[in-house]
Amino acid sequence: MKAQETYSNLFKNYREVLRLSAARALDGARDTAFARFEALGLPTGKNEDYRYCDLLPALEVDYGLNLFRMGIPAHPGEVFRCDVPTLSTRLFFVVNDLYYPNKKPIELPEGVVFGSLNEQLKAHPECLERYYNALCSQSQDAMAALNTAMVQDGFVLYIPAGVQVEQPLQLVQMFQGDIDIMATRRLLVVLEEGASAQLIVCDHAMSTAKYFSNQVSEIFLGKGARLEYYEMEMTHDKVTRVSNTYISQAADSDLLMNNIGLENGLTRNNVELIFQEAGAKADLSGLSLLSRQQLSDNHVVVNHKAGGCNSNQTFKYVMDGAARGVFGGKVLVQPGAQQTVALQSNANLCTSKEARMHAMPQLEIYADDVTCSHGSATGQIDENALFYMRQRGLSEEEARMFLKFAFAGDIVERISLKPLQARVRMLIGKRFRGELSKCAECNICP
Amino acid sequence: MHLLEIKNLHASIGDKEILKGLNLTIDEGEIHAIMGPNGSGKSTLSAVLTGHPAYTVTEGEVYFKGKNLLEMPAEVRSREGLFLSFQYPVEIPGVSMVNFMRAAVNEHRKYRGEAPLNASEFLKLMREKRALVELDNKLANRSVNEGFSGGEKKRNEIFQMAMLDPVLSILDETDSGLDIDALRIVSEGVNKIHTPQKACVVITHYQRLLDYIKPSIVHVLYQGKIVKTAGFELVGELEAKGYDWIKQELGY
Repeated sequence: MKAQETYSNLFKNYREVLRLSAARALDGARDTAFARFEALGLPTGKNEDYRYCDLLPALEVDYGLNLFRMGIPAHPGEVFRCDVPTLSTRLFFVVNDLYYPNKKPIELPEGVVFGSLNEQLKAHPECLERYYNALCSQSQDAMAALNTAMVQDGFVLYIPAGVQVEQPLQLVQMFQGDIDIMATRRLLVVLEEGASAQLIVCDHAMSTAKYFSNQVSEIFLGKGARLEYYEMEMTHDKVTRVSNTYISQAADSDLLMNNIGLENGLTRNNVELIFQEAGAKADLSGLSLLSRQQLSDNHVVVNHKAGGCNSNQTFKYVMDGAARGVFGGKVLVQPGAQQTVALQSNANLCTSKEARMHAMPQLEIYADDVTCSHGSATGQIDENALFYMRQRGLSEEEARMFLKFAFAGDIVERISLKPLQARVRMLIGKRFRGELSKCAECNICP
Repeated sequence: MHLLEIKNLHASIGDKEILKGLNLTIDEGEIHAIMGPNGSGKSTLSAVLTGHPAYTVTEGEVYFKGKNLLEMPAEVRSREGLFLSFQYPVEIPGVSMVNFMRAAVNEHRKYRGEAPLNASEFLKLMREKRALVELDNKLANRSVNEGFSGGEKKRNEIFQMAMLDPVLSILDETDSGLDIDALRIVSEGVNKIHTPQKACVVITHYQRLLDYIKPSIVHVLYQGKIVKTAGFELVGELEAKGYDWIKQELGY
C-alpha cells in the first residue's frame, strides 16, 4: 500500500533528524510507536472502526512536513484577530506544528508549567515524563502511533495540586502556507489534585491548501480536579483532521468537554476516557455542522473502570448537501463498576436528501447495579413548523435557520463559559447563513 | 376591488379533491363565519389560502387586494396581510417567542420598506399586544407554543395576530379547547384588533364564539363548496337544527 510505505519510509529515512533537539521522553517513545504503527497499518475502509471514514485519499496527498523545524515567518498574534469578545483569554499559538512563544510574557500562578511541549519536557522531566504518552501508548489506533513516532513539539499545560487557573486559556492551532502540509500536533494537559482550569483549543486554516492534522491529546485529571475543555474547528473543505484524545480521571474529578465543528473537511475525533477511581464525572458533548462533502466522525469510548462515576454523552449533527455524519459512541462498564450512571444520546438533522448519518451507539455492561441509557435519532426539518413560521412572514430560508439553530441550541448551552457561548452562538448563525465559508483569504474572522 | 375574491376554487391533497368549485367574496370591514360539517373542507380552505405546500390548486383563481394570491409564496401572503390562527398551533422547541416574533415583525416591516424595530421599540410593542389577550410574560419568553396549554396556544395565536396587524385574518376553530373565560378574552382581543379597514373569517362549529365575534355574513361549506350564505340568524338555525335540513334542501 502506497501511503503506508510512504510513512514507513519517511520515519526510517528521517529517524536521526527526529532525534535532533527532541526531549528524552519524546524521542524515547518513537521506536515502539513506529513498530505499532507498522503492525496496525493505516486505517482503511476495511477497518471496522473506520468503515465510514476513509482516510486513504487524504493520506495519499504529497504533504510537506516540517521535519527540520524551519521557522515560518508567521505572526500569529497579529494575524489572529478572532478573540472571543468580553472573554480575555491567555492566548497560545501553534502554527502548523510549530509552537510560537508569546512576545509578551504570560503570567500564570506559580508552579504552572505551560508552552512548548518539547522544551518543557526538557525543563521539567520530573513532573511531565510520567504523563507523556502514558495513555496513548495503550491505544490501538495507527494514527496515534504515527503521531508518537513523528511528533516534534506541541503544547503542554501542567497545573500543580490545588492551583486554580481563573482566566481561560486558549490554544490557537492554525495552518499557514501555500503548499499542502501535514502537521503532527500534540497536547498534554495535566491537572493535579484539586486543580482547575478552562482550556479552549481551536483549529483554523489561514489559506486554502490541503492540510492534514494528526493530533494526539492526553488529559490527566487528578483527584477532585476540574477541567472545562472546549474544542472548535473552523477550517475548510480541504482540511483533514484526525484527533485522538485520551483522558484519565481520578476520584471525584470533573470534566466538561465540548467539541464544536463549524467548518471542516474530513474530521475524525476519537475520544477514549477512563474513569480510574470512584466519584468522577464527565460531560462530553459535540456539535457538527456539515455541508457539501464534509464529513465528521466522532468516536467516543467511555470506560467505567471504577464504579460510582457519571458520564453523559450528547452529540448532535446538522447536515445539508451531501455531507456525512458518523457517530460511534461506546459505554463500557467494567465488572464491579457498580453505581455507574452512563447516558448517551445522539440526535441528527438531515436537511437535504443526500445527507447521510451513520450512528453506532453501543453499550457493554458487565455490572448489574447501573443506570445506562443510549439513544439515537435522525430526522428532517419539521415541515409543520416550517409552514407555521412562513405563515408569520419568515422566509423559508430564515425559518430553516431558526429550526436548525434550535436543534443545535442545547449543545451550545452546555458551554458554561458564557462569553464563549455567546461567541459560538454568533458563529453558528453565520455558519447557517453560509458566511463562514465565503471568505477565502481569512475564514476565521467574520 | 374586493379585499378577497375566490372564484371557482378547486384544491386537492394527494389524489383527493377537497375543494370543488368554491366561490367567496370578502370586503373590508366584514366578518364572515364559515360553518359546516366535519370534512367539508373548512380547514383545507384556510390552508390553501395561506399557501400550505401539501395542497395543490387544480382550478380557479384567488385575488387578495387585487393581486394574484396563488402566485405568492406563503411568507409573501403573510407580509401582504393575510393571517391564519391555526387550529393546531405548532410547538417549536428551542425557538423563543421573542426572537420568532421579532424576526416576523421585522420581515413585515422590511416588506413595507420600513426600518426594523430596535430592541426597546419591539419590547414595547410586545407588552402592548400581550395585554390585549392577557398573555403572561413568562409565556412570551418561552419557546414557541412549547408546553403551552390548549387555551394558551390559542391566546398566543391572537397575540401574534395583534403583533402582525393583518388585513385579513382567518380564525380556524380558535374556540376549540378554550374554557369560557379564555373564549371571552380571545374574542375580546379579536374585536379590539378589528377595524373597518380589516376583515375576518371565523371558522367554527359552534355559536358560542360567534356570540362574541359577531359575523354579518354566515356561510355553510359542504362537500367543498359554499352551499348557503345568509345573515347572523343562520347561526342560530344551524345550532338548533344541525345540517341535515340544508342537505335535504340541496337534494343530497
